[in-house]
Amino acid sequence: MSIDRRFFLKSSGLALVAGGLLPNVFVKMANAATTKGKKTLVAIFQRGAVDGLNVIVPFGEKAYYDARPTIAVARDQVINIDDFFGAHPSLVSIAPYFKDKSLAVVHAVGSPDTTRSHFDAQDFMESGTPGVKTTEDGFLSRALVCKHDQTASPLRAVALSPALPRILSGSGGAVAMSNIAQFGVQGAADAQSAFESMYGSASFEATKILKSAAPAKLQPENGAVYPNNQLGNSLKQIAQLIKSNVGLEVAFTDVSGWDTHAGEGGAQGQLANNLRNFSDAIAAFTKDLGSRMSDVVLVTMSEFGRTVRENGNRGTDHGHANVMLVLGGGVKGGKVYGKWPGLGAGQLFENRDLAITTDFRDVFSELLAKQLGVGTLKTVFPSYDVSPSKWRGVLA
Amino acid sequence: MKRLMTLPLALLLLTGLSSSDAKLTERQRALHALNRLAFGARPGDVDRVMQIGVDQWIDQQLHPESIPDRDVDARLAQYDTLKMTDSQIVAKYYMPIVEARKARKENATQEDLRKMIPPDQRPQRVVAELNSQRILRAAGSDRQLNEVMVDFWMNHFNVFAGKGLDRVLLTSYERDTIRPHIWGKFEDLLMATAKSPAMLFYLDNARSVAAPENRPQRAQRFIEQMAGNKAKQGGLNENYAREIMELHTLGVDGGYTQKDVTELARVFTGWSITRPEEGAEFRFRPAMHDTQAKSVLGVRFGAGGGIEEGEKMIHILAHSPATAHHIALQLCQRLVADNPPKALVDRVAKRFLQTDGDLRETVRAVIDSKEFWDPQAYRAKVKSPFEYALSAVRAVGGTVDNPLPLARELQKMGEPLYGAQPPTGYSDKADAWMNTGALMNRLNFALALASNKMPGVRVDTTKLGTIDIGTELTAETKKTIEDRHADSVTTAGLILGSPEFQRQ
Repeated sequence: MSIDRRFFLKSSGLALVAGGLLPNVFVKMANAATTKGKKTLVAIFQRGAVDGLNVIVPFGEKAYYDARPTIAVARDQVINIDDFFGAHPSLVSIAPYFKDKSLAVVHAVGSPDTTRSHFDAQDFMESGTPGVKTTEDGFLSRALVCKHDQTASPLRAVALSPALPRILSGSGGAVAMSNIAQFGVQGAADAQSAFESMYGSASFEATKILKSAAPAKLQPENGAVYPNNQLGNSLKQIAQLIKSNVGLEVAFTDVSGWDTHAGEGGAQGQLANNLRNFSDAIAAFTKDLGSRMSDVVLVTMSEFGRTVRENGNRGTDHGHANVMLVLGGGVKGGKVYGKWPGLGAGQLFENRDLAITTDFRDVFSELLAKQLGVGTLKTVFPSYDVSPSKWRGVLA
Repeated sequence: MKRLMTLPLALLLLTGLSSSDAKLTERQRALHALNRLAFGARPGDVDRVMQIGVDQWIDQQLHPESIPDRDVDARLAQYDTLKMTDSQIVAKYYMPIVEARKARKENATQEDLRKMIPPDQRPQRVVAELNSQRILRAAGSDRQLNEVMVDFWMNHFNVFAGKGLDRVLLTSYERDTIRPHIWGKFEDLLMATAKSPAMLFYLDNARSVAAPENRPQRAQRFIEQMAGNKAKQGGLNENYAREIMELHTLGVDGGYTQKDVTELARVFTGWSITRPEEGAEFRFRPAMHDTQAKSVLGVRFGAGGGIEEGEKMIHILAHSPATAHHIALQLCQRLVADNPPKALVDRVAKRFLQTDGDLRETVRAVIDSKEFWDPQAYRAKVKSPFEYALSAVRAVGGTVDNPLPLARELQKMGEPLYGAQPPTGYSDKADAWMNTGALMNRLNFALALASNKMPGVRVDTTKLGTIDIGTELTAETKKTIEDRHADSVTTAGLILGSPEFQRQ
């Protein structure tokens, strides 16, 4: 019988090994971690499968308008990028970053597995092994393991969520928190030390650094105003962690509400409202970080795209390829990357969906290598032919 | 203080027990049963169960209808919405929203809209009362296994309260769709969910319409009348058809194709609900139904069919071996171990098939297995936030005066009741819950609860020194706690926060 008992052994979980109290180690750790210039990768997962064709609209395709009689975004309403693609008007707050070329788009990108199950597709994308269900850890966690670093901070990888997401689970040392200000044991010192010895001090290093750095006290800068929603709240806290130099290398957060089976809307409506919140949160984050954005790359992802044709409820069903946005320092932006497969008859995947021409692993391989300096991508994406020749050149 | 920690066996758990002939003691069996088949032990419960006999207690729990539950029933009497029908709740708590939307001015904000709805008719009240009853029942019902299984099936057939109309449909969904069927035949439970307004709305089937060319003649005009011009484009929606196979029955590897999803969606066209002003009740709408020939999973339907096509498919799905396996696996994951032994799952699946999907017999097959009672299964599962919080309240003999602060605590820990947005519901595996951040929330909750600072819950701190807290500590944890020489309040908080108490 194979009852799973790994749990107590995980560094990120409940270690039962009683450690010493080692108070000074944290101070050293904290100092080591406060090295400036650490580069950070921020990933946002749009759970529920965002309709990429209405995010970055191929307005140059007649077939797009044919397939979507009521939910297409009109040509004169998009924010033009390259005379073929245009951004949804709700992305107006991040539109300036197309202009200054710090925001790039990869289109017709996704996971090659053909599942249209949210659960499976998210799982495959986060494990980084499409089609393989037995992978135990997430690919961002494996990237952190590859980039083993003695001086790495206990806060090198943070998920802004109540539970650790699949993409960061494993031995990469990621921690999950939904509120950086309330992270730690609030009771008496005696209780804290008892819990430390029950669970091992590793579980508590992050809380000590947070306590001394107090990032939650930092106010948004440069006049940035975060929208009062979950993503805005998460990105605000990620910015606080970056600004307080706690050694953050990977940050992850997710945002849901994209499963627009019915009443999706076009330039206005359900998706438009969600996209405005999404865009405003990212714009505030970028503004807040200001020049620090040169050390930050933000990337968005979603499990699959949606059907090219709108369905009977003015919505879209589960599809295949999607769109990713890449924003930040070193991004060669202002353009749409990837080979466009077209939306015409005979060009669709299974005669219904946008075909994939870029594997999401090629986008992440490039980001992990260039932004985080991960050398051995072979273990990050096992059984995948990781080759720089397939990278799209999104980063300098 | 007196605690359940007499055996050196506890330490073995940490070093990897070989699959041994070792057996749980009677005391451990009682604690194990209370952890897995109830929301943990209250002070004195272990002794009580031992006195009744563990097997007899389980037998009673498998027949909840024979257990009186007057105390909880009396507590729940204060919540009006629990007794209201769907139509009544919709009329009182949803129609004001509809009216406000109709009457609002063009530039009205959400806040303006909210102000137009009388405070005592806001739908939040419905969800709050629903949360309250679940928490009060988990904390105090004598039908504990029933509450565990309600939690399991509500999660299996998840419906998200945050999706529009569903906030007012969940009361009846839990009371009339889930609860009456969880000890009966799986097919009946599946059929009840398939015809429930809550599920039909949540997974969009209520608005799935046959493509125009496949509609019965003269139906087009009816459809337009019914839903206005919006429905002119009316067509198929695959959402429910996919999830009933992937999540509710066959499982994602259950052997269906995209074609099957589309065809099943055609079968379910017309399974809809009436408009809110008509009470949002289940209705098969022949005019929306795809009357052309179809074929799902090798089953052929000729042209001209109706609701009986969907009913036949539900019968077939409910009796599929893939479904038996999927349900068995999930039950074993919930009750035995995150990765349950294959032999156990196979045996439980077989029992499911033998008994025509009898859920009482299927659950009994899990509990009666040697794997359930194997020392390796003892404390092998990590509690979900709901299990953790409620077992802690029970362990210290807490009285829940107001369940809503606890409901908010569950949200903080990542498991708000009725709050799982994806149709998958919440995970039954430890990986989903265990990380440093989640741990901090749990430790803080433990300390607050034991010191009587958890709002809405009353804990008699003067008694903490004299009660059994329902867990078995390892010698190591025991020593760690004793070395602190702390008062009984802090000690209780440390026990509730201990790694042993996180597990069940």
